[in-house]
Amino acid sequence: MSGAAAGGLEDRFGHTRVRPRGRLAAWLFSVALYGSCFLFFAVIVGLFLELLWGSRLSLGKFGLRFLWSTQWNPVTQQFGALPFLYGTVVSSGIALLLAVWVGVLAGVYLAEFAPRQLSFMLSLLIELLAAVPSVVYGLWGLFVLAPIVSSWIGPALQAAFGFLPIFQGTIYGVNMLTASLILALMIVPTITAITRDLVAAIPPRVREASLALGASRWETTYKVVLPLVRSGIFGACMLALGRALGETIATTMVIGNRPAISASLFAPGYTVASVIANEFTEATTNLYLSALIELGLILFVVSILVNGAGRLLLQLLVRPQ
Amino acid sequence: MKHGQIRFRGAGMNDFAGEPGAVRSKPPDVRAPEARVVVRNVDFFYGTTQALKGVSLDFRDRQVCGMIGPSGCGKSTLLRVLNRMYDLYPRQRAEGEVLLDGMNILGPDVDVTLLRARVGMVFQKPMPFAMSIFNNVAFGVRLHERLGRSELAERVEWSLTRAALWDEVKDRLGSPATGLSGGQQQRLCIARTIAVRPEVILLDEPTSALDPISTLKIEELIDELKQDFTIALVTHNMQQAARVADQVAFFYLGELIEAGPAAAMFTAPREKRTQEYITGRFG
Repeated sequence: MSGAAAGGLEDRFGHTRVRPRGRLAAWLFSVALYGSCFLFFAVIVGLFLELLWGSRLSLGKFGLRFLWSTQWNPVTQQFGALPFLYGTVVSSGIALLLAVWVGVLAGVYLAEFAPRQLSFMLSLLIELLAAVPSVVYGLWGLFVLAPIVSSWIGPALQAAFGFLPIFQGTIYGVNMLTASLILALMIVPTITAITRDLVAAIPPRVREASLALGASRWETTYKVVLPLVRSGIFGACMLALGRALGETIATTMVIGNRPAISASLFAPGYTVASVIANEFTEATTNLYLSALIELGLILFVVSILVNGAGRLLLQLLVRPQ
Repeated sequence: MKHGQIRFRGAGMNDFAGEPGAVRSKPPDVRAPEARVVVRNVDFFYGTTQALKGVSLDFRDRQVCGMIGPSGCGKSTLLRVLNRMYDLYPRQRAEGEVLLDGMNILGPDVDVTLLRARVGMVFQKPMPFAMSIFNNVAFGVRLHERLGRSELAERVEWSLTRAALWDEVKDRLGSPATGLSGGQQQRLCIARTIAVRPEVILLDEPTSALDPISTLKIEELIDELKQDFTIALVTHNMQQAARVADQVAFFYLGELIEAGPAAAMFTAPREKRTQEYITGRFG
């Protein structure tokens, strides 16, 4: 067409239609759209590559041995991650074990049994609990919880279950158990809120079908409703675990920061996040810094995997029935 | 009470009073049906909205009572009163009397779990639990009885057979019930309900979510089941009421307008509103 030469199409009336600014604006808009989505992708990939690059010295010197070496000695330049991995996994694991019961029971209570007003108020409180800064939890843990653990909870557990290796030895105030308790407190709101939403999303006719057969409210909840949300609760646990694994300041304040593996929960420990926060200013050699960055890399990968798995599960399962 | 009360001894084929020389010493199957559930002056409230106004109705032993009427007329509400399903919702309450074998089930000290074992309910949408076919049927039985493994298996087979589903599922009792078709799921729900061996079965539009073939199967099943159970059937489908019901009750705006033998209701209704409804003038 001859009329197209000027950059627009000439119609049969001889008018040329052009949209001079429209095209640029549309182009800019789509660039902005794709760009902002790409940004997140770029940040994740960039962060991963940067961590990988930063830890190249340590990766080259220690290889996979880094993962199971218990040595952490800046003087001899020997670095191994196992005490920190142990501390992270054990403190988060115990926290999850403690939190899942309370969280699930509280969530079920709020959704199934609590009067509406009470449920509303408690839900609000629980969400506020999730908004408390972790340093405040840490402070409370250090000055309130730690003395309670060393003078009440610890001795009681030792008296009752002292035959178990995990409850033997000297009872410190700042130890794995205190860290686990603080972490549990911090992740309970997540589990409670998600469980409540999952249970509330089960339509009433599911409950009615069970009640109509003569099941009690309790039997209906336990045998019909909970099995339906089981996988969703698992996803909630993964999210909570992700938070516990990466929690830094609260754990640092109450875990004792000693890079040693001890069977006893009453002994101090150390976590990956804590050692990075504590020692990055002291990392005087390149290898030391590189080892810390490699710890960051490990934590990054584990957290992404746990969080991703949790979110994926929730997304797949939390659909209206 | 102006309308509403069904007179006893209605349907002609059950009325043996005038038959000379009839065997009257052992009449287990031919006796005139007694009222199994007696509803007296029931009002029902959703919060401040009144959904049932002074309803009185008898459900006779081993008969199907079809409840018809336009949406929102209270027929499903009455069903939910009969097994106290409304208990689940704090703002709903019923007043009046519902006698099941002489006991008022609306009383405060009634154990609703035991009541619901005696008055089973099947809902509009089939709602199988997320478990195997066997466990769906065994669910209610396990709540109320301690049966051995073989007794339980027998009960499940009996229920599935009575629900005309056994032949279709006997080879896959362990597979998930959610894999069944809609019609099969509804028959499973019926099997699950009769497995508890109730006296009364409440059917809340049991075929409205089903295709015509499945609907036919369920209707045949209802006809079978009334040999053993007293059945209350809520339906939107007047042909269905005409096909399966012995007694029909017509509800309108929370009131029971008229009730009586099905044949009489559809051919010679006493009330003008009944006639208008069954001829499709409104609804």
